Amino acid sequence: MEYLVVFPDPPSADLARTLDLSGYRWKAVSSPDEAIEHEPGGGWAGAVVTVEQNAESAWAFCRSLRRRDASSCRILLLISGAELGQLELRDDIFDDFCLTPFHPRELEARLRHLTYSEGPVTRADMVEYGGLSLNLETYQATFEGRALDLTYMEYELLKFLAQNPGKVFTREILLSRVWGYEYYGGARTVDVHIRRLRAKLGEEHANLIQTVRSVGYRFGQSRWGV
Amino acid sequence: MNEMGEQQRDYVLRTADERGVRLVRLWFTDILGNLKSFAISPAELENALEDGMTFDGSSIDGFSRVQEADVLAIPDPNTFEILPWADPKGTEARVFCNIHNLDSTPFEGDPRQVLKRNLDAAVKAGYSFYVAPDIEYFYFAPPVPGETPKPLDEGGFFDLTTSDIATSLRKETIRTLETMGIPVEYSFHEDAPSQHEIDLRHTDALTMADSVMTFRLVVREVAAAHGVHATFMPKPLEGVQGSGMHLHLSLFKGESNAFYDADDPYNLSPTAKAFMAGLIRHAAEITAVTNQTVNSYKRLVPGFEAPVHISWARNNRSGLIRVPVPKKGNPMATRIEYRSPDPATNPYLAFSVLLAAGLRGVEQGYELPAEADDNLFELDNTALSKLSIEQLPQSLSDALHLMERSELVQNALGDHIFEWFLRNKRSEWRGYKTQVTPFELDRYLRSL
Repeated sequence: MEYLVVFPDPPSADLARTLDLSGYRWKAVSSPDEAIEHEPGGGWAGAVVTVEQNAESAWAFCRSLRRRDASSCRILLLISGAELGQLELRDDIFDDFCLTPFHPRELEARLRHLTYSEGPVTRADMVEYGGLSLNLETYQATFEGRALDLTYMEYELLKFLAQNPGKVFTREILLSRVWGYEYYGGARTVDVHIRRLRAKLGEEHANLIQTVRSVGYRFGQSRWGV
Repeated sequence: MNEMGEQQRDYVLRTADERGVRLVRLWFTDILGNLKSFAISPAELENALEDGMTFDGSSIDGFSRVQEADVLAIPDPNTFEILPWADPKGTEARVFCNIHNLDSTPFEGDPRQVLKRNLDAAVKAGYSFYVAPDIEYFYFAPPVPGETPKPLDEGGFFDLTTSDIATSLRKETIRTLETMGIPVEYSFHEDAPSQHEIDLRHTDALTMADSVMTFRLVVREVAAAHGVHATFMPKPLEGVQGSGMHLHLSLFKGESNAFYDADDPYNLSPTAKAFMAGLIRHAAEITAVTNQTVNSYKRLVPGFEAPVHISWARNNRSGLIRVPVPKKGNPMATRIEYRSPDPATNPYLAFSVLLAAGLRGVEQGYELPAEADDNLFELDNTALSKLSIEQLPQSLSDALHLMERSELVQNALGDHIFEWFLRNKRSEWRGYKTQVTPFELDRYLRSL
């Protein structure tokens, strides 16, 4: 899953929420130095920079990212209509922008497009999250080194969730994406399989898959208690 | 085979390979609810998944037919599980099978296929059927023929002492069940000495019937590994309560609980009421299936928390159906609890007849009789007949007599199982009837 760097720290509540719900892992920083300090092994997959009153520091942040590694870290600006003029002659230090106040779906779509060429940071045949590791080649699942014996549908469900950590899915979406066919259990099948997965993960890790009240399920942590 | 089936098959084969599985146990169930199994090597697994494994059906009770004895066991790849208690020398796995005729039509003597057929009918009507059982059983010292079973402890309800070996057995059982993907809701020490209860979380009925089969095996295996005998016999000890398997039933329509109605004083929808009415009207004729042994009827007597009367109520544990009040009024938890079945039943057949009876009520719009909230054990026959409350059959013989005339049970089970079950159980009754019991000798030998 992509790691995004977000400037400045703290980001607006709307931004943090949108990133969480879209399943991004992200880190907010307040200076270029902090961005270097926290940079993950594979580098930042993208940056979300909000241009507000502190416009100058935002531009400085973008330039610093650009200098460090040409253009591998794609930069998206959040900018209000009144500030649009500032983009002039700065085309070299950003890749895309989104007007504030932004629509969460638009931002999500732009981010997806922005980071598209990066591809997933994890190796293609492995999905890893926390202590969980799924080998897509051999279908083997382990948790903290211990083999998890899953049935096919449990495996498929866990794979789908682990590939989209932090993202909230409704039961219908899970049923259509994971099962995709008529099953005796109907939509309740999802709940049943979630319980079975939790039972197999063990009591102390059961909260890896969280129930999001009156919505559905989320795998892994979100910063927002939704 | 469709794409999903191919992926599932591939998954099973890769898992068997990666986990070093040495033996794959093909599981199925006979008409009486006994788990049957034969083992194949992983090398045969691919072929088994694709074409099934042929075996001689006449070696299994109730599978035999006059002309063709061979049947096919086709594994259901979605039930492939590594067995957690396997021999350290080699990992073993199990997979439930559907039994087919050689021409690949479903075999009429296979209880799993019978349940699938009944569930298909529910799906056609727009419903998925969910079941959660509360299963009671006893732990005894290894049985000695001719002696009364010896309980492991004399503990009461919710007792917990460090020396309680039964409690640690139960905990180990629960851990094993959870590893096998069977989530447990509650468990506790029951009223009777050495009696325990484990409640499973609800699932769709087919998965639950498989889970009950696995459950009975796990309970026995864990106990046997510690030199203890676990039994699901309905009434192993005279004078204390027997073992029941209360079934919490609900119907779902898509994501919503078809039994829930926010506006009803009981929070029960018209569907729930008609389903209950169906169960009540057909309760007597399906009892031979839900309570299939001579011994089952020694549990269904007044005074031991087992139902005797065909009635329903919200919080009356003397009736056949209880409507539990869901925690925090959660609509998803709305359900009814059918209290007569015992854990010696065949879950595939029991779920089939219960579903058929309930759905008949829904289809034909049966009227639900009034709630019976009195303690029915304290009412005399006149009072009961005034309330038009009838009793459950008093013996296996009575139950068979009622079942024999039931077109509902015949349809639900199919002719093959219906006929075989009646024949087999009549012969059980004959065997029992010709016994001269200690009760008779004590009572009559000297005085007559």
